[in-house]
Amino acid sequence: MAINCNMDSQTTPLNYSIETENLNLWYGDFQALIDVNVKIPDGQITSLIGPSGCGKSTLLRCFNRVNERYGNVTTEGKIEVLGKNIYDSDVSLPELRKTVGMVFQRPNPLPISVYENILFGLRIHSPVGHLTRAESDQIVEEALTSVFLWDDLKDRLKVRATSLQLEQQQKLCIARLLPLKPRVILMDEPCSALDAKGTLAVEELMEVLAGKYTFLIVTHNMAQARRVSKECIFMFLGELIEHRETQALFQTPQHPKTADYVQMRYG
Amino acid sequence: MNTDTQTSPQTMFTETAISRQKRHIENVMRVFLFVITSLMIIPLLLIIGYLFYKALPVLSLDFLFTNPKDNMRAGGLWAPFLGTIYLVVVSLLVSAPIGVFAAVYLNEYARDNWFTRITNLAVVNLAGVPSIVHALFGVGAFVLFAGLGESILAASLTLAIMTLPVIIASTTEALKAVPMSFREACWNLGATRWQTIRRIVLPNSISGILTGVILQVSRAAGETAPIMFTGAVFYKAIAEGDLFAYNIVEQCMALSLHLFTISTQVPDVTEGIPYGTAIVLVGTVLLVNAAAIVLRVYLRTRKKW
Repeated sequence: MAINCNMDSQTTPLNYSIETENLNLWYGDFQALIDVNVKIPDGQITSLIGPSGCGKSTLLRCFNRVNERYGNVTTEGKIEVLGKNIYDSDVSLPELRKTVGMVFQRPNPLPISVYENILFGLRIHSPVGHLTRAESDQIVEEALTSVFLWDDLKDRLKVRATSLQLEQQQKLCIARLLPLKPRVILMDEPCSALDAKGTLAVEELMEVLAGKYTFLIVTHNMAQARRVSKECIFMFLGELIEHRETQALFQTPQHPKTADYVQMRYG
Repeated sequence: MNTDTQTSPQTMFTETAISRQKRHIENVMRVFLFVITSLMIIPLLLIIGYLFYKALPVLSLDFLFTNPKDNMRAGGLWAPFLGTIYLVVVSLLVSAPIGVFAAVYLNEYARDNWFTRITNLAVVNLAGVPSIVHALFGVGAFVLFAGLGESILAASLTLAIMTLPVIIASTTEALKAVPMSFREACWNLGATRWQTIRRIVLPNSISGILTGVILQVSRAAGETAPIMFTGAVFYKAIAEGDLFAYNIVEQCMALSLHLFTISTQVPDVTEGIPYGTAIVLVGTVLLVNAAAIVLRVYLRTRKKW
């Protein structure tokens, strides 16, 4: 059913950050994911498109197992992150979520200062009083610099983060992940609450950071998928329909459902 | 050419019969709702004013710091005043932590299963049980079964059982008011549930939690039924001015019961004393409320951003 194009044209074999095998997921009796087999290449941006309710966000939330926090979820199948099965008994969820970060649709900085938002991840993963003042300052500066916020916010580090502009909040939410040295960053429609300028700023940021991190981005904005992602996955009613290079998927969709979806907006 | 005068530029915004009627109704409703709201203040002012007026002859510091005299026909309020403070403080020391932690469990940890549903049902029903039933439970469970006898401890525990479900309910409301997105942010950074609660959920709900607890202070101080069989006595003289004059395994006087006694059971009480007792009871509650509000403001400013 699913069309997975092997990337034979690649000269070197790709490494995959995330691989699933026959992934099935139920919310109670409702099956939200059906036999999903997917390989997400390392160090690049992959986008996930499809109509609302097709399981994109659900799939995303499988990869750091945060789905389980929402109750009444059953997962079957195999998920490997960086080659490790995340359902192995020796997997610690806090450690997994450190490595696989998540950015949300609605920017959700914590109701504490900008400074403390950046350090929050480190604080919950290290003993009390572990960080010296100088270390903290440096970590905050590095994280904010990586997301191009340092110049804007260096004099406002004590400001409550929820009072920033939405674009700054969303960048802060990305910056907040960085001190934990994540390998994968999952983004669930990260730009849908932002204006055009904010959207472009976040996209630029992703392009700069890709390479260091693997990005998987859910988006309803097909233009965005075409702009930022190298590979694109189309999902429909819980199934993975087509996964190919983004330009190929949009220009010559192989599956009629993909064609319908892609052309609905571009026909 | 538009000949219709109704829509000519000069008259198109003029008030019509219908819009005039709407404007009148609007004005009437605004005044009506304001008056209804004001009506709540009038009884309060009347009660407090009347109590003050009647109590004025007896109100003094001595009234507060001396024991009742002459079979409670004269003298002050020290023993019942201190007794009420003991009862309220001990009962809240028990019910506030248990209630808050139970609500945290129910709201942050518990899945929706039969245990949670039964617990929530129990909380709702317990909150609706009349206080005299709590009193009988207190006699059976604490005074007799646990062997505490009639004591401050038994009475406080009875009050705690009575206030517990309401504290659980109000704390749950306060926790629910913390946006889910804050929790999601924490979880996705690898925070455990407790870290999320400790660092984000509690600091952002503490005002609401305290408000719920404060309201129970007034209830615990004002109730008579739950304490009259479990630990409150008609009369007991204690050392005047000594804050530690009561032992919690002994009985105590209480303002609510004292007010009942001197108003209905004792003839020829000096006229101002019952009113003075009522003023002190209301004042004590307001004092505890004020202290809790100060604590709440302090906690809010201490939060760092």
